Order: sequence, then structure tokens, then C-alpha cells
Amino acid sequence: MLTNRLVLENLKHRPIRTLLSALAIGVQVTMVLTLVGLSRGTLQEMANRSRGVGADIIVRPPGSVAISFSGNMSEGILNFVRKEIPHVAMATATLVEPLGAFDSMTGIDLPEFSALSGGFKYLAGGPFAGPDDMLIDEVYARTHKAKVGDKIDLKGREWRVSGIVESGKLARMFVAIDTLRPISANTGKISSVYIRLDAPANEAVTLSTLREKLPRYEVYSIEQMMSLFSAENVPLLAQFIRVVEGLGVFIGFLVVFLSMYTAVLERTREIGVLKALGASPAYILNILLRETAVLSIVGTIIGIAFTYGSRYLINTFVTSMTQVIVPDWWPIAAAISLIGSLVGALYPGLKAAQQDAIEALAYD
Amino acid sequence: MTNGTVSAGPGSNGKHTGPIIEIRNLRKVYKQGDVDVTALRGVDLDIEPGEFVAVVGPSGSGKSTLFHILGGLTPPSSGEIHIDGRDLLAMKESERTELRRTGVGFVFQKYNLLPTLTARDNIAIAKHIAGRPIETDLWFQEVLDLLGISGRLDHKPRAMSGGEQQRVAIARSIVNHPAILLADEPTGNLDTENSNAVLGILRDLNHRLKQTILMITHNPEAAAFADRIITMRDGRVVVA
Repeated sequence: MLTNRLVLENLKHRPIRTLLSALAIGVQVTMVLTLVGLSRGTLQEMANRSRGVGADIIVRPPGSVAISFSGNMSEGILNFVRKEIPHVAMATATLVEPLGAFDSMTGIDLPEFSALSGGFKYLAGGPFAGPDDMLIDEVYARTHKAKVGDKIDLKGREWRVSGIVESGKLARMFVAIDTLRPISANTGKISSVYIRLDAPANEAVTLSTLREKLPRYEVYSIEQMMSLFSAENVPLLAQFIRVVEGLGVFIGFLVVFLSMYTAVLERTREIGVLKALGASPAYILNILLRETAVLSIVGTIIGIAFTYGSRYLINTFVTSMTQVIVPDWWPIAAAISLIGSLVGALYPGLKAAQQDAIEALAYD
Repeated sequence: MTNGTVSAGPGSNGKHTGPIIEIRNLRKVYKQGDVDVTALRGVDLDIEPGEFVAVVGPSGSGKSTLFHILGGLTPPSSGEIHIDGRDLLAMKESERTELRRTGVGFVFQKYNLLPTLTARDNIAIAKHIAGRPIETDLWFQEVLDLLGISGRLDHKPRAMSGGEQQRVAIARSIVNHPAILLADEPTGNLDTENSNAVLGILRDLNHRLKQTILMITHNPEAAAFADRIITMRDGRVVVA
């Protein structure tokens, strides 16, 4: 109780130092939670849009990464599926042309795609009227302040926005697949085949048939596909998150190291007094580590609060991405900040604990 | 302030008979870079329980070194030194830490209170470090009354005068009933009025509680408050 009071009074004694240390710890917590929330939110959003297609099964090129919709295979696969696989009620192909980290334009056969997905809901404009027409979803329109009739320059071609559609169906930008193929040097190629079955009960047998007849291809049910939308399945993203976690530990370490190193220097005489009163090295180390733990806890709370701010900013201004709050990561972020902080406090703490009492008492 | 009726506190562990401090041929050599500096050159000294002794001498005479060895802040190099029957020469660092907890109390020139704690907590932390309950007992309440700081216990050092801070430091130094109280220039930062008050308190503690006190001072008037004056020069006791 008395030790806790000393710890809190020490922190209150230098409010600016305490606040800055907690803020710096908070920033690294925000960094970790924002990155995780961003990757999860964006992937979830992609998954939901994928489900919005209304297909039961997806066929992807051999060796392709499930959630990256680009990559290609022969257009003949679509015809093969339609003709050779039983229980296929409807099938359509898409061609995805990546534009950046999370952006892409998707080539579709509009009538087929509409038939499979139940059709777009047009908020403005209408379907393609010419080969250079483009449909954009409401999020893209809002982000880019685009309206029907606008020209959008992408992949060296000027596209005309013919319609703005409700979000939730596969992509944010749709063009005619026949127009996109030559532009992306993918003549005769497709990225995915979306299959609607005649009855959901035939899913297992159809999956089995597809895997048997297309052994090298990636074949997923839509549920399997959904489960693959996690950071672990995005190339480099999992490693990237690990790197940011490591940075979090390092920043926590640096911040607390500097903060505690200063605190120990500042309190040399007080540490000498505690030693003169018979405080053991463990007693002094205990006080400094408790201070660090409090800084880390306060920093974590600040960091979590900041993620609500970053979510607002990202979801408002960077609408190609979606950030979600990730409470299941709060304990992990807290552990990262605590580990970094405690390691950072260790050297200054040990230095304080081993200080010579006579020299410390003579310190001005 | 001096009219209290404080009962004698346990200044010694009561098991040891004879001088509470026994020093024979005590030497202390410091290493300063590659050079050996001899601070104490064979000190012989006996202090009886309940004595109030002033240690005087010029700077560099070894007063502070003797004080630091008696307080367990630094080990002696050779000779014999016993406090209340405990052999300081044989003590390890952890045992000297234990000695500081309950065997000796310190009063410093600069008070050395923890600035973030109230007077009450500054006193309580000495008990906490010693592993004792931090509540104020009847005996100690009488000591606080004697020191005249009962009404100032919830103030932090910055809100207290130098004289008040030194009284809190004195309270802290005796709260664990140490065998000896070591006061290093306790009036060095105080004006005459506060100096006399603090010295009067030390004398009262000595008389009423039979508290053994060693006080380093440069001031002959302060030394006059003690029962005995010891003079040191060049690392030796020259007048005991």
C-alpha cells in the first residue's frame, strides 16, 4: 500500500514526463492495434464482398493465393466447368487487375455476373453502354468524389462511369472483361470462376468432382473461402504484423529506458535515502518496476482509446481500407507494451538498485 | 516541547552488556583510481549505551568515514568494530543493509526526506522497509508530540520549514528503535533558533529515551549540547 502510494506520488511528481512516457507507449499500442484492425477490417470487408457474389464454389488458378483475386488461368476452364461438371446451375468468370495494395479493377461479364449475384442495385446511372464504361460502388464514388459520366484514367485508358452501385458485390470497380483482357495482357485468361449449384446439398459432391477433374486448381466452397480471409493467409502481412509487434516492443523499451534512466538520475539522492533506511536492491527495483507497469498500463489504455480515433480517420478518409476495433488484441498489445517497458526499466532499475549509498546521498 | 512524558524506548536490543559501540584500531582505506587513500588510521573508541557524543574535527579528519562505517554504509578495511555486540567487520552487504533497517538511524544535514511523500509517509516508509506495521503506536505518538510535528504529518516536505523537516527526519530515524542514532551536521542548514530547537530535541531524546546519539558537527555550540566531545584529526581520535 505504502509502496503503491510512493509509486503514484513519484509519477505525479513529474506529470509532464509521466504523460509523455505514457503517450509514447500509447502510440506504439495504437500502431499495433491499428495495423491489426486495418488488416482484419479490410479482409473482412473483402470477404463480405466476396460472399455478395452469391456463388457456392470458387475455382482459382493453380498455386494461387486464395484471397488475392488476381492471377490467371485459361478461359477454357469456364466452359469446362459449365459442360463437364454436374450440378452447376450457373458459372461466370472474372478477371482481376491489381491497382495497388488493396485496390483492383474487376472484369466481368455483366449479364452473367448479374444473373449469378442477383444483379447490381444502381444508385445512379446504369449498366455498361459501351466497352469503356465502368461501374463503381458507392464507397469508391464517395472517396473519389466520382459521379456518373465522370472520366477515370486507369491502366492507360480513360473509363466513363456509367453507373454507381450499392457496395457489397465482390469489387469496387467493374469493367467489361473483354475490354480488360487486352489491357492487362491477359487475352484468353480469367482469374476466378464463380459457380452457383442447382442445390446447396450438392456442394460436397461437386467440390469432390472439381478437385478430381481439376487436380492442380484451387477449389473452395464459399465458406472455405471466407475462413481464408485472415492475415495469416495474406503473403507478407503476417510477417509485417510480427515486425510491427517487434517495433512495438522496441519502442516501449526505448521510451521507458529513457524515461526511467532520467528518473533514476533525478532521484539519485532519494535512492540513497532509501538505501540509508535499509532498502534492499530488490525493494528499489520493485518500486521502479511498479512505476513502469503503471506507465505501461496507462499507455495501453491511451493507445486503445487512440485506435477509436484512427478508426474514425481511416474509415472517413481512406475508404479503400476498413479498420475495425480488435478487443481480442488488447491483451496482446498490453503484453507487448509491458514487455518492452519492463525490459527498458531493467537496466536503469538495476543501476539504481546497485547505486552506492554514500555517493547517492552526496548527489546534488 | 520538552515537557513530554515519553517513556524510555528500546534504544538497544537489551542483550548486549558493556559499550554499545566498541572500536579498536579501525582502519579504512579507499581506492581512488589507482591510489589508496587512508581515511581512518587506527581509531579506538568506546561509546556507552545512552551517551550523547559529539564528534568534531576539521574537514578530512575522518568523521564522515567513521559515520558511514558505523551506519553500515561502507565496510571497514581492518580492525574491530562492534555495535550492540554485532561485528561490522564480518558483515556482508546484506547484513549491513539489515543493520541500517533497525540497528542505526540517520539524521542528515539536508534532511533527506522523500519529496513526494507526506511527513507521515516519510516516517512510515522506514517502518515499511524494516518490515514492521506502519501504524503509529502510542510510544511513537508521544515522540511525535515531543517533536512538535503531530499537526504537520500530512504535509509534504516542500510545505514545511527546515526545522520541521529536520524534526520529521529525527522521527524517522528513531521510529524503528535503533541502537544508535547518527546525526551528521543536523543543524548545518538551520538558523540559530531552529538549530537550538533541534539540538534540544536530540538532548531530550537522549535523556528521556536513553537514545545513544553520535553527532558530527563543526559548530562548538552544537557540540556543547552533548555529554562528551570526541575530536578527530588525520583519521584518528585525538581527544576522546
